[in-house]
Amino acid sequence: MSDVLDRPAAAPLDDGHLKVVGTRPIRPDGADKVTGKAAYGADLALPGMLVGRIKRSPHPHARIVSIDTRRARALPGVKAIVTAADFPDLASEEYEAGESAANLRDLSLNVMARHTALYDGHAVAAVAATSSAIADEAIALITVEYEVLPHVVEVEAAMAPDAPVLHAHMFTEGLAARPDKPSNIAKRNAITRGDLAAAFAEADVIVEDRYVTAAVHQGYIEPHACVASYAADGQCQVWSSSQGQFMIRTYCAKVLDLEASDIRVTPAEIGGGFGGKTTVYLEPVALALSRQSGAPVKLVMTRDEVFRASGPTSASVMHVKLGARSDGTIIAADVVLKFQSGAFPGSPVGAASMTALACYDIPNFSIVGYDVVTNTPKVAAYRAPGAPISAFAVESAVDDLARRLGMDPIALREKNAVRDGVKASYGPTFRNIGYVETLEAIREHPHYAAPLGPNQGRGVAVGFWFNVGGESTAAVNLNEDGSAVVISGNPDIGGSRASMAMMAAEVLGLPIEKVRPIVADTASIGFSMLTGGSRTTFATGMAVTQAAQKIVEDLKRRGALLMDVPVDQVDFVNGAVVCLDPAKGKADLTVAELAEKAAQTGGPIGAQVSLNAQGAGPGFGVHVCDVEVDPETGHVTVLRYTAAQDVGKAIHPSYVEGQIQGGVAQGVGWALNEEYIFDRGGRMENAGFLDYRVPVASDLPMIDTVMVEVANPRHPFGAKGVGEVPIVPPLAAVANAVRGAIGKRMTSLPLSPPKIRAAIDAG
Amino acid sequence: MSKRQHISAVVNGDPVEFLTDPRATLLDALRDDLGLTGSKEGCGSGDCGACSVILDGRLVCSCLVLAVEAEGRRVETIEGLADGSKLHPLQQKFLEHAALQCGFCTPGLLVAAKALLDANPNPTESEARYWLAGNLCRCTGYDKIIRAVMDAAAELRQETV
Repeated sequence: MSDVLDRPAAAPLDDGHLKVVGTRPIRPDGADKVTGKAAYGADLALPGMLVGRIKRSPHPHARIVSIDTRRARALPGVKAIVTAADFPDLASEEYEAGESAANLRDLSLNVMARHTALYDGHAVAAVAATSSAIADEAIALITVEYEVLPHVVEVEAAMAPDAPVLHAHMFTEGLAARPDKPSNIAKRNAITRGDLAAAFAEADVIVEDRYVTAAVHQGYIEPHACVASYAADGQCQVWSSSQGQFMIRTYCAKVLDLEASDIRVTPAEIGGGFGGKTTVYLEPVALALSRQSGAPVKLVMTRDEVFRASGPTSASVMHVKLGARSDGTIIAADVVLKFQSGAFPGSPVGAASMTALACYDIPNFSIVGYDVVTNTPKVAAYRAPGAPISAFAVESAVDDLARRLGMDPIALREKNAVRDGVKASYGPTFRNIGYVETLEAIREHPHYAAPLGPNQGRGVAVGFWFNVGGESTAAVNLNEDGSAVVISGNPDIGGSRASMAMMAAEVLGLPIEKVRPIVADTASIGFSMLTGGSRTTFATGMAVTQAAQKIVEDLKRRGALLMDVPVDQVDFVNGAVVCLDPAKGKADLTVAELAEKAAQTGGPIGAQVSLNAQGAGPGFGVHVCDVEVDPETGHVTVLRYTAAQDVGKAIHPSYVEGQIQGGVAQGVGWALNEEYIFDRGGRMENAGFLDYRVPVASDLPMIDTVMVEVANPRHPFGAKGVGEVPIVPPLAAVANAVRGAIGKRMTSLPLSPPKIRAAIDAG
Repeated sequence: MSKRQHISAVVNGDPVEFLTDPRATLLDALRDDLGLTGSKEGCGSGDCGACSVILDGRLVCSCLVLAVEAEGRRVETIEGLADGSKLHPLQQKFLEHAALQCGFCTPGLLVAAKALLDANPNPTESEARYWLAGNLCRCTGYDKIIRAVMDAAAELRQETV
């Protein structure tokens, strides 16, 4: 089971006497989710609602010569058909609304192809009809004439000088001089420090390799789904499953050239996102269909569409070279990252570069990243975007270095670990980090010393994620019975309603059952950035806490009024206003009593806080994994897995453990099974859960977690983001364990049985 | 367009009648005709288990069953698992163990776990993992789900001893 490594918490509200924060109550939205009542994106039905369908390109790269919709329009029951002609042709403009800045023109072109289809599955037209059968028939009746163009899928092939060019207007950014011809390399970025050549010349040991990872999908079980309704007065409503209702509102407004204030977006329950639901695919199309038909339109992706037209994250090719002194001090690191971004620029290579060496204090390094467009679906954020990919390469190389030096892999990492006061490879100076404590937690864990059997190996890897804060709004209202409602604008993707309610309950001195959290629509609560970047418990939690604190101040004022004493003679203790002067003989006033008397003290009791949270503490994870390799089949079984992570302060420890376990499972799938496979025609061959194999229950052992709590003093309870770090180390932890088991370094993911067999057979 | 078929079945103990397109799946009928949206469509190809229901005592993916095949048969869905407002021990244990995050796979997992415990009241961890291997969960890593199922099995055994 899990244990907690405690450190004195510096956070202001954690005085060691927390009553709610740090406990494990049943989540407030739980009953609806275990009885089938919770309503997800596809569960809403409106009167007169039409069924939408999207027609998609069967070619990875083709000019759209013409689209003939006449026969489809003539089909009885067809109420609307849209193509790119029904969307404004937007200018190229960067806009910040999703997980990272998006180019609005690219976003619009990804929603609906104009002139050119850039990947197999690219939307080219959409219909709305009175039944799904009619909609399917209409899709088949739309005739698209294509001029098929040469395509390119692999990242290095796309970088070649003679590669088919996706965007004639794209010239590589980040070079010393503007190139004279367009390229699929959208951008080159570089982070450097020190004198790399001199450092390598000084190194006693050098390791170097080339690493390859495949594109993988976020794999949320709920396909994208929405309902949109465009009213005759131009007022729009959208119900959709996403990581941010405000993001949906902004992108719909931009893509359709509408006023954001005319769009109200209500978040459905979200059936997983992992970053993949931080952008729009369906919502603008559903709105356009609704505008044309005058009826609400539901659009739901099939799993095939989810794979072919949403997500995934980048495939990559990487080079890592490390130089160290014989005592294990790493003095030089050269990292080159080539990331596939799909049809439009915007791979996570920037974040991959910034995180690549973030766990290490290395005086001389160069990290160069390339963002490369290919005829594959535009990548979307996937849990710690980019970081697992570069960590796979760097952590594999560090493992090789430990073997060459004859050093324990944890000792090598401790020797080179970043600590408070160290300037991070990506710029800022670390403060209040718990990385070394997390390394120690694994070093001291019984797992690390457990014996291994034949064909078994143990791998260690570490990982880093920034975690972010940002803009959030939360409101807390007291009911007349003294219970509270917490209203926020962040979709609850993994239990955040529970953590919001718990923080409010802690401040208000209420039992958790007396606090109901809701996630509101865009018209009912102020702006919040989306749920992503591991920001919700940190940033929105800070807004919730501050709103509850405002209520406490108000309750003290009201209590003093009712007691007829000055406000400085009362305090708020355990959910009641108490008079500090016992001589006055004033009875305590509970929250319930104060709420009941609210009319006498100024009316309803509530507070709202909007803020831009700064100071999210970065997170570190250290994982150890045992595998057994079947030498006959090449199949890898994960026998045991332990993940330690600096979580700051676990608000609801069960859901923190759940984040860690879930991240590990996704990382193990990435390491062993998952990959986009394209045929020679550039079409995805495994667009379904049968052939794109995510881990199932029988693939995994129990996943032990160790929560290391080094408080983040900038959060009221010391919380750090926890959701993303745990997917960073597993790719390398598994690969390093396989290295131990078979004595061969595997550098290409996934570590599928044929590759392992080939490595074993090569002797 | 094919003519709609009239179907009579028993869903969660109650008689139901509905009209369905002969090509529609049982999942479509449950969700669109009967308003039982607790069963989810994650793949439509029988690979994810989010649409799991029990058909005449047998665990099936309702996306792989035609709606017309339900004629005269008994269907148990997530909506029938609790006894009124009293949760089934599996549901209670899923809550206590935090065995769900987004909750989308949860109805299918609960129905599959119910079928497991109906067939095998005392499963080993390995038996539970293999039985539930047809139900994908992308959030939890299965750890807490397996613990919840094992705990619910233990509780149910005590009740019947």
